[in-house]
Order: sequence, then C-alpha cells, then structure tokens
Amino acid sequence: MKKNLGISLLLLLVCVVTALVNPNFLIPYNAENLVNWVSLYAIIGVAVTFVIITGGIDLSIGSVVGLVGTVLGWLLVEKGWPVPLALMATVALSASIGLVHGLLITKVKLQPFVVTLCGLLIYRGVARWLVHDGTLGFGTAYDGLRWFANGRIAIPFLGDYRFPAPLIILAVIAGLAAVFLNKTVWGRHLFALGRSEEAARYSGIRTDRLVILSYVLCSTVAGIGGILFALDVNTVQPASQGNFYELYAIAAAVLGGCSLRGGEGSVVGVLIGTALIRVLLNAINILGIATQLEFVVLGMVILMGAVADDYLRRNRSRRQLKRATPTG
Amino acid sequence: MSDLLSVQNLSRQFPGVRALDDVSLAVAKGELVAVIGENGAGKSTLMKILAGLQSPDRGQIQFEGRAVSLAGVQHAQSLGIALIHQELVLADNLDAAGNVFLGREPRKGIFIRHEVMRQRAQVLLDQLGSGFSATTPVADLSLGQRQLVEIAKALSLDAKLVIMDEPTSSLSLRETETLFRVIADLRSRGLSILYISHRLGEVKQLADRVVALRDGRNAGGLAREEITHDAMVRLMVGRDLSGARPLEARPPGEVVLEVKSLRTRAFPANPLTFHVCRGEMVGLAGLVGAGRTEVLRALFGVEPPLAGEVRVAGQLLPARHPDQAVAAGLALVPEDRKTLGVFLEESVQWNVALTTLARDAKAGIFVNEQAGFTLTEDLSQQLRIKAASPDTLVGTLSGGNQQKVVLGKWLALAPKVLLLDEPTRGIDVGAKAEIYQLMEKLTAEGMAVLFASSEMEEVLAMSDRVLVMHEGRLSGELSRAEATEESIMELATGITAPKRSLN
Repeated sequence: MKKNLGISLLLLLVCVVTALVNPNFLIPYNAENLVNWVSLYAIIGVAVTFVIITGGIDLSIGSVVGLVGTVLGWLLVEKGWPVPLALMATVALSASIGLVHGLLITKVKLQPFVVTLCGLLIYRGVARWLVHDGTLGFGTAYDGLRWFANGRIAIPFLGDYRFPAPLIILAVIAGLAAVFLNKTVWGRHLFALGRSEEAARYSGIRTDRLVILSYVLCSTVAGIGGILFALDVNTVQPASQGNFYELYAIAAAVLGGCSLRGGEGSVVGVLIGTALIRVLLNAINILGIATQLEFVVLGMVILMGAVADDYLRRNRSRRQLKRATPTG
Repeated sequence: MSDLLSVQNLSRQFPGVRALDDVSLAVAKGELVAVIGENGAGKSTLMKILAGLQSPDRGQIQFEGRAVSLAGVQHAQSLGIALIHQELVLADNLDAAGNVFLGREPRKGIFIRHEVMRQRAQVLLDQLGSGFSATTPVADLSLGQRQLVEIAKALSLDAKLVIMDEPTSSLSLRETETLFRVIADLRSRGLSILYISHRLGEVKQLADRVVALRDGRNAGGLAREEITHDAMVRLMVGRDLSGARPLEARPPGEVVLEVKSLRTRAFPANPLTFHVCRGEMVGLAGLVGAGRTEVLRALFGVEPPLAGEVRVAGQLLPARHPDQAVAAGLALVPEDRKTLGVFLEESVQWNVALTTLARDAKAGIFVNEQAGFTLTEDLSQQLRIKAASPDTLVGTLSGGNQQKVVLGKWLALAPKVLLLDEPTRGIDVGAKAEIYQLMEKLTAEGMAVLFASSEMEEVLAMSDRVLVMHEGRLSGELSRAEATEESIMELATGITAPKRSLN
C-alpha cells in the first residue's frame, strides 16, 4: 500500500488542480464518463498485470480488443448469432489466443515480446480482413447488452450523479484478480516465477503451466475488455478499434508499481495507474491544453513515475543494506 | 626486506557495523600474505579499500614507502595494485585480448590495433602457461582460464601487488594447480600477493604469513612455520572446532535411491548405476566438469535424463519435472544458492514456506500465512537461522544462513533423499560446521544424503561412501575406509595420482 502512496497523491493532486481550474471536471456528465473510461481501461490493465508479473509482456492487447470487437459485431450483426453464444465465442477466442501465446513462449521458447508483437500484427490484420475493413455498427438492437459498457445506475441521495455500470464489472474482475494474486497458492507461485523462473523450477513449481495460465488469463480478460469497448463505441472500425491500447495497459501497470523485470505488481496499483492516465487525458481536454500534447504529458508523467520509483527503490535497498551486516 | 604495502590502524564504519577496526597489515616485496577470517570479519572491506573501491574512515596506507590515499580503482591500478575479484568481472562477449586491454587498447587514432593487442596479450598469457589463444572469446573459456585472463590483465598493468579474493572458489583441482603454479611464478618475479581464502589447505600450502581478522579486528598472525589448520581455525573463530566424526561408516539401511543406467544430456554415452541407502551419506567427488551437477540435475528432473531408471523408495521415476521429483521425496540444494536456491528479495518465511504452500493451503487454494509462520519459526529454531524475524529479507542474510533457508524449504517436506550440490560453497567456517552437523543429524535420522563436493576435506570427512566421477562416468566407488585424498584423485583424474607438490 505504501508503494502506491506517491501515485495516489499525484492522482489526487491532478484531480484537485483540474477541479479548481475548471469546475466542469466535477459535473456529473464528465465524472461519470471519466469513471466509465477508467473502468474499461483498468480491465485491460489488470489483464496485462498477470503477464508482467511473470516477467513477460503482451503487446497484442490492443489488437485483441480490435479483433474481439470486430468478431462480436460480425457474429451478432452479420451472422445473427444469439447474444450469449456470441459472447461465449469471443471469450473462447481470446482465451485460445492466450493459450497459443503461452505455448509458443514455454514450449517453443520464443520471447514474449516477439510472440505478442506478431500477435499484434496478425489479429489486427485478421480483424480487417474479416469485414473487408468495413465499419460494423451494432445499431439500436443491442441496447440492453450495451448497458454493461455504458449503463448508469441511479444512486440514492447523490442527485444527478449516477453509477457507471462497467465499474461493477471492473470491481468483479479486479477483486478476483487481487484474490488470485495475493491469496492463492498459484498467485504466490506466479510471483516466485516472476522473481526467478529457474529458482521457481528448482523449488518444484510447474513454471510452464503457470506461464501459460498467465497468458490465457491476460488475453481472456483483455477479450472481455474488448467486448465492452466495442459495445461502448457501438460502431467498430477494425483498423482502429483498440489501437495502442496495449500501451495504455502497460503504462498503467508500470505506473502502478509493476516491474517489467517481473515479480512485482499489484491490482490496486494498476487501478490507480489507469485512473491517473485517464484523469490526465481528461484534464488536458477540459483545461484547454492542446490535445496534440496529450502523449507528451502522458510520456513525461510515466517517465517521472519510473524515475521516482527507481529512486525510492534504491533508497529502500540502501536502508536495508545499512541495517544488515556487510559481509567479508 | 622493506615493506611494499603497509597498512596502519585502518578503520571503516558502516551504519551499525564497524567493518574494520584498527587493522594493521604489511606485505613485503615478493611475499604472499594470506588474509583469513569468517564472513563478516572484514576481509572484503579491507580488499576493497586497498583496491580503491572504498575509502577508509581512518588509518594510513603506505605503498612503496609513500603514504597514499587511494582514490578509485584506476588510481590503485596506476600505483601497481590489482584486484582479482572473487566473481570474475570480464566482458564475455570480447576475446581474451580485448579483456586484458579493456579500456587501454593500443590504438591508432580511433581504431584499435587488434594485431598489436593480440600479440601483447598472447605474450602475457603464454607467460602464465595458459595454453589458449588470445583471440578466444571469453565466453568459451573455463572459469580457471578466465582467471588467467584476469591475471594477465594485472600483469599488463605492471602490478606490484596482486590481491586475490577467493581465487579458487570456482576452480577445479587441475585449474587450482595451474593457478598455484602461476602464483609461484608471479612471486619469483618479485610480485607480492595478498591472498584471501576460506580454504585453509591452500593457505597452508601457499602462504608465507597468515593474518587473521575477526569481527573487523586483527585477531593475530602466524609465521610460515606456525601455520597449521588448527591454529588458523583458532584465530578465525576464537575457539576450537570439533573435527570430523569418527572413522567408521554407519551400517546402511535399505536402498532408498536406486539409479540404473542413467544417461544425462551432458554425457549421453555414459550410463550411470548407483544407489544410496537410508541413513547413508554418499559423497559425489570429481573434478569440475566431471558431470556431478548434471547427475543431480537429472535426478531432480531439472534437466530430465535421456534414459535410465530411477527409483525412490520403490517408486519409479525419472522425473520429467522437479515437481515429480519432489512428490517422490527428492530434494535438491543447488550449487548456485543466490540464483537458484533462494529468492533474495523475499522474506525468510516466503522462501521457507514456498514448497509447502499447496500442502498447507486453506480450502485447497488459499495461502495459509499462519501455517507458514509457524513452520518458519520451527525451522528457524531447529536450523538456527540467524534472522531478526520471519519477515527479514533473505538477501540480507549471510551465505550460511541463506543455505539454511534452502535446507529449511526442503526439510519442511521431510524428503526421503536429500541431494546437495556443493553444500558449503562460499560459507564461512563457523556456519560450515553447522551445515555439517545438520547433514549428520538428518542422516542419523534416516535420510539418504547424496552430496557433490569439490572440497576434498569435506568429502573425506562426511562420506560413508564416495562415488567418484571422471568425464561423465562413474570411475569408481570407495568405502569410507578406502577413501583417501590419493585414492579419490586417482579416480577423479582417470590416471594415477598426480604429484601433489606444487611449490
């Protein structure tokens, strides 16, 4: 928890400053939309956390979001599949993408970066080919389903403020992920594997299975995110849907304290990291800062976060060293 | 004889610890002074100060009669002091010559004069009797050969004093002999050597004088004729250590580990057949590279064997993966403790409970922190792990205590067969004795213990039976009564025992 203190304070600071400069930040319309977006992006942030903890990476998340959205629209609109079946098919598709990633990484011993970079290209291409680069609209036929992605629930006594429905889905996913990572034997083994795959193997841990599991979880959760993103926008353009989303997910994870070296990361951190990114983008928008600069701001903040994290880490290990007896 | 190096009243304080306290030391020209002491005695700090890596808080250093304050490694090198690190620091993507002249390459403008560099390096390597080409990539060199590259580098720097920090800790016997020849050669050229080692046998063989450190202070010295194993141990630990156990082998129980025609990946042509009994401690001896580690790795399923039959208490293996080996009752304490044995960034409890998470889980899937805590407390007491609490990070513990954490991790599962690879490597004398006692106790309680070791004294002192390996095959088996340094060497080298005189 201490680890997330800095970024939590930063998030609070950005919120307070933005609200003071432009009160529109807090009006129901903006606040609800912001939370809605945070929820959607946090889902793919949680997804990538599983593989980052193993010391891996998933660059294909944005393309999975694009492919899942396209396939869902195609199945529902073009093929006329019933909703439950189409949902199950898309989730199964994402799970099998993760399975392939995991098998290529553990059995063929390819690097996660390479495997998922190829995935990034392939799934994007498949999505575009599937519908001949056309735009898919869900129309108004699926408004009930769309509620999960942008629905609002009235909250008693809070007047105009309503509760965005995706936050519930995020809460369920994040809760399960946090329990899995922090409370279960598999989660502990996953952290061990992230610290050192060899040492984990030497401790009798089935590292291959765990790596595969983490990629399956990653792609599955990313696929669920993909469904929601598609329903949220209601019209899917296969060439652009989900573009760069893997970078948002990875950035949120890194801001939230995940180490790309593996072995470190927390769900809470990822949630705060995602919130910070979305709030920053929102602030740039409503404060009238040139939107061309949004990537600059984002890049700088992540960089500062990484530098601060490194500084704190060094300080901490120095303090620990001081407490311990130097050898020799 | 005037002193080349003279150190007076050197002190260095770290927060909470006085690493060096009023230490004085002198080295004459051409002299080999061995510095001995347990881990934490201040040896490494002393060496780092002399090599310019750290500065002292107080005290004087005189080199060639002049007071010097060493500011950085380059300054120390320019004066003629070279440090050969315990863990060799070479760029293994470069060739030997490139490493010898790293940072000081002969140049023409911005271009390296490769041929000149190669020739110069070759001359130095030849002087050391290295027998390999200066163009060999360091990645292809053995640890012993890499050390020669480091020494060649020291020579190229025109060093007058060479500091060697545990130089033989990763060398095979043959490489050690080469190193000793080189040391003799360096001394004949008038170089002085400051030699740090845990291995008292080689100190006895090499040193003109011994300086012992204990808790950061001078604990006394020994002149050449006073150097004995017992005298050194007394100085280091300040007390006598009881020696090895009596000579009789224990009567073995029934066979627990049975290995038939095991073929490892490293040596597929050599089927290995042997067994270890209940309550028996078997030493696996041999030179580095003889295939001992490979046998243990194959048994444990880290690197599954190509063929063969392994039975643990009747249950058929071989394991395709360590978890099968663990389930069958095997445990492996690996040689490379820091990277394979423990997780340095995690706590003692985290490490110790890692193997029992699944067994002790609540509802079959949730980590039981309470069980882990109790287990860690119990094992810490039983193994005398010196850690402030179960939350202490393993990376802050001494080597001996880290090794106890590895042992604790496995003992929590009560294995039938304990495999140990170099169980006391890099562990100081006091903790070594504790590890030995522990191995004894476990064996006495009925565990079958198979340990690979490069330390002859260890093999001789601990084994009920010795298996000797030579280039991937079992070259012989010796009972406790038959096992002597000579008989083991004979089998380990595959020839008649070499002449042991090295001076």
